[in-house]
Amino acid sequence: MSTFTADTGVFKKFNRGSVELLSSMRFAITLLTIISIASMIGTVIKQGEPYANYVNQFGPFWAELFNGLGLFAVYTAWWFLLILAFLVLSVSFCVTRNAPKMLADVRSWKEHVHEGGLRALHHNFEYASKLEHSAAASAVAERLVKDGYSVKTLIADDHSKVMAKKGAASKWGYIFAHSAIVFICLGGLLDGDLFTRAQIWFGGKSILPASTQGMLISDIPSEHKLSADNPSYRANIFVPEGGTSSTALLNATSGSIIQELPFSVTLKKFHVEYYSTGMPKLFMSEVLIKDLDAGKEIEAQIKVNEPLIHRGVAIYQSSFEDGGSKLKLRGYPIQGSINSVKSSFIINGEVGQSTALKSSNGTSYSLEFVGFRPTNVENIANASGETDVRGVAIQKADTGLAQAFNNRLGSGAKTSKAADLKNVGPSVQYKLRDASGQAREFSNYMQPLFLDGMPKFLLGVRESAAEEFKYLRIPADDNLSLNEWLTLRTLLQDQGARQRAVQRFAQSLSQQSGFVASPQAIAQLKESAIRSIELFSGASDFAIKLAEESGTSPGGFVALGSFIDRAVPEAEREKAAEVILKVLNGVIWELWQEARAQLKLPTAKQDENSQRFIQAATSALSDANFYPAPLTFQLDSFEEVKASVFQVTRSPGKNMVYFGSLLLVLGIFAMFYLPERRIWVKSLGNGKNLFAMSTSRKTLDFEKEFNKYQEDLNHGN
Amino acid sequence: METNYVSSVKGGWVQSLLQSITSSLRSLKWGDYVFTLALAAGAIFAEIKFSAFMDSYEQIILFCSVPVLAFLGWAWAPLRHLMIGSTALTFMAIYFYQTPEGGSLLRAEQAFFLKYMISSQSAILWMSVFFAFSTFFYTLGFIVRSSTMGPAASKLSWAAVYFGLSGMLVRWYESYLMGADIGHIPISNLYEVFILFCLVTALYHLYYEARYKSMALGAFVLWIIFAAVAFIFWYSVTRDAHQIQPLVPALQSWWMKIHVPANFIGYGTFAIAAMVAIAYILKAKNYLVDRLPSLEVLDDVMYKSIAVGFAFFTIATILGALWAAEAWGGYWSWDPKETWALIVWLNYAAWLHMRLMKGLRGVVAAWWALGGLFVTTFAFIGVNMFLSGLHSYGTL
Repeated sequence: MSTFTADTGVFKKFNRGSVELLSSMRFAITLLTIISIASMIGTVIKQGEPYANYVNQFGPFWAELFNGLGLFAVYTAWWFLLILAFLVLSVSFCVTRNAPKMLADVRSWKEHVHEGGLRALHHNFEYASKLEHSAAASAVAERLVKDGYSVKTLIADDHSKVMAKKGAASKWGYIFAHSAIVFICLGGLLDGDLFTRAQIWFGGKSILPASTQGMLISDIPSEHKLSADNPSYRANIFVPEGGTSSTALLNATSGSIIQELPFSVTLKKFHVEYYSTGMPKLFMSEVLIKDLDAGKEIEAQIKVNEPLIHRGVAIYQSSFEDGGSKLKLRGYPIQGSINSVKSSFIINGEVGQSTALKSSNGTSYSLEFVGFRPTNVENIANASGETDVRGVAIQKADTGLAQAFNNRLGSGAKTSKAADLKNVGPSVQYKLRDASGQAREFSNYMQPLFLDGMPKFLLGVRESAAEEFKYLRIPADDNLSLNEWLTLRTLLQDQGARQRAVQRFAQSLSQQSGFVASPQAIAQLKESAIRSIELFSGASDFAIKLAEESGTSPGGFVALGSFIDRAVPEAEREKAAEVILKVLNGVIWELWQEARAQLKLPTAKQDENSQRFIQAATSALSDANFYPAPLTFQLDSFEEVKASVFQVTRSPGKNMVYFGSLLLVLGIFAMFYLPERRIWVKSLGNGKNLFAMSTSRKTLDFEKEFNKYQEDLNHGN
Repeated sequence: METNYVSSVKGGWVQSLLQSITSSLRSLKWGDYVFTLALAAGAIFAEIKFSAFMDSYEQIILFCSVPVLAFLGWAWAPLRHLMIGSTALTFMAIYFYQTPEGGSLLRAEQAFFLKYMISSQSAILWMSVFFAFSTFFYTLGFIVRSSTMGPAASKLSWAAVYFGLSGMLVRWYESYLMGADIGHIPISNLYEVFILFCLVTALYHLYYEARYKSMALGAFVLWIIFAAVAFIFWYSVTRDAHQIQPLVPALQSWWMKIHVPANFIGYGTFAIAAMVAIAYILKAKNYLVDRLPSLEVLDDVMYKSIAVGFAFFTIATILGALWAAEAWGGYWSWDPKETWALIVWLNYAAWLHMRLMKGLRGVVAAWWALGGLFVTTFAFIGVNMFLSGLHSYGTL
């Protein structure tokens, strides 16, 4: 028996101790600190990425460790929720313990405080009054009422007491602000993924395995689907134009689950508008919502900042994607001796799909249609006034301080850099994945862009999504097509054509006036021309060996340059290079003429435009050796299909959180701006009165107020 | 033995509320009424002329701004002068922008008054210049104990605020000249809110300066404004950030008009608290003792700034959550900006708890307030620089 009581005693003691700890401020502050630090970690480490990304970033060991600690989903980690739970507990204890005391305190007049008690208050003074004690009490009471106090006056025969108080709202503020935290945390908890997790733990639901990818929604087993009755979720729906969906994808802690909806969403049309700068101006979906049970239909528009709330589910415009635009591409082989134009072929596809390609030499590729953009707004001008499609401004040397100032005076519409924004038309993005699974991303503009004074096709490529696209620039011909350059490229790879071109080049040179045509010189020239073109085309052994070392296609300026470096003494290199380039230029000109003849075009005129074409074409021929694919695909035609991504949320805790927020604001303002004050004035019997004043928070304002009373009452005001 | 008392109870919160309302109404002069009427007339004018550009919420904000501005104008007369002055400057600028075919941006290059004085960029440049001089004079006056430089610096600070506010208002007008669909309130990107930060911080400082009659704080507070001005300058020169950009869909909301200003009252006052904390620490370590106001005053300014900041930061964060619920589909997404706002909030919540409940005072509280500025600055700019998230329109 006695041990039992002892036990309960210990238990009680422990209980009291833990309540004490939980409701202590030190504990609460510690929790706030831990929550802050955990939140910081959550912002520094990107949350909810695929695990592989973390392994890349931190290495397998740390990734494993961090994952174990839940650092990749901090805000839903069990320990984070536990800390929040402790905070809620701590604040609730705090409020329930203090609130009754505070409310009693607010109500009380504290009329039984003795003189000694008043003198013990730091802020007190005595003042003399000529009036009789009851009149003096009434006078001071009136003054206090005027100052906004509630005042109780007690008048006895021989003495009187005045008790005044103000700022009860401050205590209410305390209660409001602290219970607000409880409301907000609980409401937030309801809107978290608690319900989903509960259904995973206790309801037999599970995360979608990778094997269901590409499976029809109706074929996915019900254990991966949450019913429409799920009280709380935040999920995404993807609907292409003309399509309908009644399920959403819910991102849970480690994967996703299908969330069924009580209605279906049909996207009738998706509108996207842009400002002239290319910045998006409007995203709007025209939708048809149909209740699955009643069959009732409503039409609505959903915009960013203007969600639709239907049957307790809010539908937001979240983003937009390509909904499977139909693309017709033309593939051109651009390596080797194969005829680029004649062997070109048409391939059809949809964005998001892929198709297998097999080349004649047995290598196979998978072509993935990644994306399609109907418009591309690019800054055509750069700061130096030159044109550059990527808008990479190379600023000219300092334009002077006065100029800099001048550029920044005036309206906010002005900018110091000339921007020439143009819609340069559609572009297609695709990936070529080789047999080993390595993929490169390509981005090609459908139309040529006007660059350096002439139209050029841009063929972009990058190794990974983290890089910028690098562009191969191919000059467009007079018909704004790739054909002339492609034929030129094919002929460059044709030994017979090369020899014919050298022959014609030598001939045309010998016929030029002012050229001393000794047969020896002609032979020498021919030899030099053959060597140059063989090197440039990559047919010479030297070029092939060189390319093997660097892993690119042989030829180009690299081969020429290296050869000159090796064969010509340093002093003569510059001159030699000049001669060789001239010769090369002449031979390629002849190749171009043959290409034009093949395409049934007349011989090109010897003018500036032709020279510009030759220069650009030669550069492109050289650069094409670095193009990391045997094929390139040009957009032939397209049919755009947009898709809208909606977020659907059901948040039962929302109103609780909003109510908590209101309480919080009211509470904070009441606590800060309605300070609590108490005043006692007691007659002492000798014609003097004792004035005492207290507050729960001493501030400078309190001191000022006290000093004012001291001054006023001592001067009989 | 019980004493017999005659008891009577008077007063109470209802009575004191009524009393304070009637007494404050009674204390209003005819000028106050004229000012209020002018504000109301302005709102009505805007409603009649521009209601097509506003949704119903924005019209509510327009009319709610009348009592708010009126109250501010009554409470502190210099604010009223500021409102009148910068409105006048703005109207002048609008007048100069007019051509027979309506407003034209080209006028900013032609009209001398616009080009060099009050077109938005010029006005903001003047603001920067005045703030720089103000910082210089406050500091010099502080060092040489000059009694004339302080007031001069204060006037320069006011001049900066006049030009800054006018510049913002003119910028608002200019944005509509660029195109009716581009026009928006100029608090939509990092460049614009930095100007807002300068204005709010300077106004709060001027208020405390008048209230505590101390010019010494300017030598500290103005340096944070100077830093902001330097940032604005750098941002404009290297990134051309001063160019008005249209609003992306996520920002096309009336929430912006209340969320952003509320936030910057918070940032501004936290910044003041931190600068005053430096003064406090110096004084507590026996530096510049005779130049600085008493520790009690410094402590009080610090506390008041943080209290105001905390209250408004709370409102701003809640408004942000309400907006997020409409734009992003959830009132809280643990987006880095949101999370850092929470961290800032928790930090000052802890500071206030320690001060009010545990009586934390002195150097520790000051160091903490100074540390708070680093947390706040990270939430303000650092997040945009180093972390990616939904608040991407604030990127550097």
